[in-house]
Amino acid sequence: MALLKVINLRQHFKISRSFTVKAVNGVTFEINAGETYGLVGESGSGKTTIGRSIIRLYNPTEGKVFFDGKKISGNLDAATNKMLRQNMQMIFQDPMSSLNPRKKVGDIIAEGLDIHKLYKNLKERQEIIAEILKKVGLSPAHAERYPQQFSGGQRQRVGIARALVMNPKLIIADECISALDVSIQAQVVNLMKDIQDETKCAYLFIAHDLSMVKYISDRIGVLHKGYLVETGTTQEIFSNPAHPYTQSLLSAVPQPNPRVEKNRTLLTYNAENVNYESCTMQQLSDTHFVLT
Amino acid sequence: MSIKNLDITFKTNAGNIHAIRGVNFDLPRGKTVALVGESGSGKSVTMKAVTGLLDSNCIINSGNIFYNGVDLLTLSKKDLRQKINGQQIAMVFQDPMTSLDPTMTIGAQIMEGMLLHQKISKSDAEKKALELLNLVGIIDAEKRMKNYPHQLSGGMRQRVVIAIALSCEAKVLICDEPTTALDVTIQAKILNLIKDIQAQMGLSVIYITHDLGVVAKVADFVNVMYAGKIIETGTVDEIFYDPRHPYTWGLLSAMPDLETDDARLYSIPGSPPNLLHEPTGDAFAARNQFAMKIDEKAAPPMFQITETHFAATWLLHPDAPKIELPPELKARLERSRKAAFLGDKA
Ligand SMILES: Nc1ncnc2c1ncn2[C@@H]1O[C@H](COP(=O)(O)OP(=O)(O)OP(=O)(O)O)[C@@H](O)[C@H]1O
Ligand SMILES: Nc1ncnc2c1ncn2[C@@H]1O[C@H](COP(=O)(O)OP(=O)(O)OP(=O)(O)O)[C@@H](O)[C@H]1O
Ligand SMILES: [Mg+2]
Ligand SMILES: [Mg+2]
Repeated sequence: MALLKVINLRQHFKISRSFTVKAVNGVTFEINAGETYGLVGESGSGKTTIGRSIIRLYNPTEGKVFFDGKKISGNLDAATNKMLRQNMQMIFQDPMSSLNPRKKVGDIIAEGLDIHKLYKNLKERQEIIAEILKKVGLSPAHAERYPQQFSGGQRQRVGIARALVMNPKLIIADECISALDVSIQAQVVNLMKDIQDETKCAYLFIAHDLSMVKYISDRIGVLHKGYLVETGTTQEIFSNPAHPYTQSLLSAVPQPNPRVEKNRTLLTYNAENVNYESCTMQQLSDTHFVLT
Repeated sequence: MSIKNLDITFKTNAGNIHAIRGVNFDLPRGKTVALVGESGSGKSVTMKAVTGLLDSNCIINSGNIFYNGVDLLTLSKKDLRQKINGQQIAMVFQDPMTSLDPTMTIGAQIMEGMLLHQKISKSDAEKKALELLNLVGIIDAEKRMKNYPHQLSGGMRQRVVIAIALSCEAKVLICDEPTTALDVTIQAKILNLIKDIQAQMGLSVIYITHDLGVVAKVADFVNVMYAGKIIETGTVDEIFYDPRHPYTWGLLSAMPDLETDDARLYSIPGSPPNLLHEPTGDAFAARNQFAMKIDEKAAPPMFQITETHFAATWLLHPDAPKIELPPELKARLERSRKAAFLGDKA
């Protein structure tokens, strides 16, 4: 059974009488327990909004979301709300604005533990914090520092530690490695994989960097202008991309080679005249779908 | 601009952190210099020193930052703010939310600097703000001017910050990870935009990023930073086709390229030194498979390879043994030279 089911999700924001942003438009996908689903797409395509709607930071305009068999869209009772807050965690895109500058990092990480009283005594609390800091490549002494005393990449790892410490069933990781340098990206990706092996948690891995998505995801969804234009296994998306937008994304990955990079022209995809609303999902294989 | 022997310490509860340990760095007029290096190596702190925005718990032990002959470190905060920042030097910060005001529309924020520093009417400022938003690829720019930062996506915010930096028509642009939240197509658009402006106005650019693909695209020169020091510097060709420092080798190897399939990701073993305790010898020694006895005792000086290429590793000492590069790296360098039609020699 799927751990998360998103059915026909729409999320619109009314900015003024004449201007509504249609951020997410009828998106449907599932994530199985223990699986990693990569969500990629251009800036503003609705990736963060999908994450925030699932975890109920927004109220979906339309559509249904099921988690572990329970409906989590619409009105929630207290028990479902509690279940959600323990079992689903989000790592936020903007590390600085999601970490309280007046709190020590150790207390930030332990927030969820404190709310749900997930330790026996203060000694255990301290041990849990130390353990998770080491896991994300920081040191236990960092617990005493404040967020602004960290570099951008170190802060990002604090956000990761805060999510991991809850042992959730689903982690929504929004661009959680893009602020990290390549070597630490590799460490974090490897770490997330190890933790998944250990705890069987699932990830919704939101990113724009295709080369990293490839290493971590089992399946991938490609988002464009709030529509899911293609979804398939990682293998299918990379070796057999069907949608022109997916193809243009794949062609634009920069190569670490100055002479090649400086002479390259990019394949661009012009979607101005495409009306996705009138398109339908076509099935190419058991797992591969494309919007045409 | 030229940074000489910059040395910075932070005071914290746990003790003093020696974050910047003698950084030298030149930005030639009209060129793009990239600053790369591991998280925590001191890239942002170095650039904050340039703009006088260091946190209050820092001590500048020594150093100069010359800009047009003036040492910026001797200027008062007020002079920096009124004469330099936003007029001569513009900076795009790593975390866009921290440089945007959540209570102001983005239109007002883009126009603010122009109205303050340039003799320009409100309607001209508005026109220019719109044009800039279009240039950084924001669709419906006119409507977006009225949005507040939280109503934009992460990448849109990042682009607004870039638009603000470009609006000041500064002579030096410092970009700290400006495109990390952007997908490859928009990233390419912005990099090209900065290049165009550079060609038109002779702008000099410092580019901090961990994305070596971006470095390859934009940089003329590259500085590689490790544990508060520049450990290799050279032209972009020298760094990518003929790197000499083992840390630079590690960085290049860690970049996944779409061709090398399905191997587990390479990451440089170990972790960076804790700068609460001053490292003795070469700070990279513990993670360096080619480390020699001397690496534990003395920090290597910068050895010169060409007129523009320097690296701080004892491997370049005339008495050091000749070493074989790891086979994967060797293959990779050969591949990339071949793709660049450079033959076997860089
Ligand atoms: N206000 C502060 N107090 C104490 N330590 C600090 C402070 N600001 C930065 N540091 C430390 O200085 C070092 C260098 O930080 P810096 O932000 O320059 O790293 P960076 O190279 O920009 O890394 P990243 O790629 O992660 O952004 C880090 O170890 C960081 O923890
Ligand atoms: N709270 C909000 N109020 C109004 N509009 C919003 C809000 N949140 C997001 N939007 C709009 O929804 C659209 C999708 O934004 P979202 O943050 O989901 O994009 P994204 O795919 O995560 O992009 P990025 O890669 O740049 O982070 C954008 O047009 C954005 O302006
Ligand atoms: Mg986002
Ligand atoms: Mg930084």
